[in-house]
Amino acid sequence: MVKTQRFQIMIIAGAFLVYPFFVSDYFIDIAFYFGIYALLGLSLNIVLGEVGLFDLGHAGFYAIGAYTTAILNTKFGIPIFVLLPVSALAAALFAYLVCSPVIHLQGDYLLIVTLGMGEIVRLALINNPFDLTGGPNGVFGIDFPTFGYGFDIDSSIEFYYLIWIIVALSIFGLIRLQKSRIGRAWNYIREDEIAASANGVDVKNYKLLAFILGAALAGVAGNIYASKLMCVSPESFTFWESCLMFCIVLIGGMGSIPGVIIGAAFISLFPEIFRPFAMYRMLVFGLAMILMMMYRPGGVWPRKRGAVEFRSLLGPAARREDV
Amino acid sequence: MSDLQARPDKEIVLETRRLSKIFGGLTAVNMIDLQALKGEILSLIGPNGAGKTTVFNVVTGIYKPEMGNVFFKGSDITGRKPHQIVSYGIARTFQNIRLFPDMTCLENIMAGQHCRSSSGVFSSIFQTPHQRREEERIREIAQARLRQVNLWAFRQDLAKNVAYGSQRMLEIARALASDPYLLVLDEPSSGLNPRETEILMEFLTELIRTEDVTILLIEHDMNVVMGISDWVVVMDEGRKIAEGTPKDIYNNQRVIEAYLGKDDEEEEIDHGTTAEH
Repeated sequence: MVKTQRFQIMIIAGAFLVYPFFVSDYFIDIAFYFGIYALLGLSLNIVLGEVGLFDLGHAGFYAIGAYTTAILNTKFGIPIFVLLPVSALAAALFAYLVCSPVIHLQGDYLLIVTLGMGEIVRLALINNPFDLTGGPNGVFGIDFPTFGYGFDIDSSIEFYYLIWIIVALSIFGLIRLQKSRIGRAWNYIREDEIAASANGVDVKNYKLLAFILGAALAGVAGNIYASKLMCVSPESFTFWESCLMFCIVLIGGMGSIPGVIIGAAFISLFPEIFRPFAMYRMLVFGLAMILMMMYRPGGVWPRKRGAVEFRSLLGPAARREDV
Repeated sequence: MSDLQARPDKEIVLETRRLSKIFGGLTAVNMIDLQALKGEILSLIGPNGAGKTTVFNVVTGIYKPEMGNVFFKGSDITGRKPHQIVSYGIARTFQNIRLFPDMTCLENIMAGQHCRSSSGVFSSIFQTPHQRREEERIREIAQARLRQVNLWAFRQDLAKNVAYGSQRMLEIARALASDPYLLVLDEPSSGLNPRETEILMEFLTELIRTEDVTILLIEHDMNVVMGISDWVVVMDEGRKIAEGTPKDIYNNQRVIEAYLGKDDEEEEIDHGTTAEH
């Protein structure tokens, strides 16, 4: 069982490794954005999938990561790779500051607050505070990542490998977290908050931890995105991006890492496949989501021990009364 | 107060002094004094709405009392958070079962050990030797508890898929997995059939006999109360109206009145009568 699993993982990893040698730069770029969405999906999955917290402002953390990289790189010339952990920390710190006061909110209340948080970040960027963010135009002229010695990451294929190595490392870490007491504590909270606290889980801290880790991963995605595009602008971090991340987790199956990758593939490849019908693709997309919720509410690839239905998360407030 | 003198001279595990909890204008718990002695089964009984579960929720930290104190093994734990209270050694179950439905039975029980472990994010990602040993220990304790309640066969099944009676036992096992000094059970026999109730009673008496644990029980089934309690406290409308050995309580005029005041509760006392003779 374990052996076949390892074999499957090697096949998939091998496919990702050789993929860029068989396709044009255009398709490599598509696979790069697939990687970005996979990373964003994994980051939201910690908050939404593992802990069951509604977060519709995740693009805010993504934006903080991207703008931290953009500003520090263009103003001070700090190398992109040095800014990778800095962006993660900046997004994590932001998450800590913003989420601490609202972490006790339940279900849809938290959803509204995070939605507002994401929009406030975007509007703040447009308003160009302290002349740092460049307003609606954003920040231009961000460097490519460089290791020194003249080895730069500047081609599509190199960016492709960079993002997927980071995705692979994240998956590795997240799977280990899932199997640890931290991952279980997150799941306990999602399943029943009161029972979790009655069993010794410090609910507030674990929720905050999820937000902080999720934001840090989104910050990493922002860092790579900024250096790939060489510019950032507020319109890359709209409410729609948060929605897409939400969809990735829902489509794949909450708390399921393979599910998130499939969801990211769906979100990033779907517009390409339906490019000829660009006018109707949102219609098809909406229809697909409705059908999903009807026939596979647990996602395409739910976590093995049992699907977590989106609907069941709407209930914790109702379940609270009868302690 | 003469009742209290009849109690054996044992260490007091849990004590509440003048505990009161007010919801709006309603005094749900009114100046309750409780003493749970080490190794005893203390039952809290009373008609519906008497405030029994509220006492439990105050003791386990879900509510903060308006007045009074809770002492556990001599130290004041009033107003502490639920997750802190478990770590002191008070574990509880709920009146309507609260398991983690989409997780396996084993994972459910592993929750009990959460407060007894300490690995953080980084040690979990890098799987340090300490973290591995800790995971191993959590798993072993959970497995032992699962065997103890005869649910080993269901270890990989989702908690929501096992039978109701098994879910009750699973919840007790989860509470036990935190190695508690005091086990707080909120109507453990409700919804169980007579045979399952029998098994539960045997399980609890066996537990008291073999482990260093004290049990605080809310129970409606008079067979259970009279059968296994060492001491019974009766509540009505938030107040303590009587306490004593099961036999005293059973003959106590005030208790009978409290129950007879409600027609639907009458049957339960009759039930107790037939059990006793």
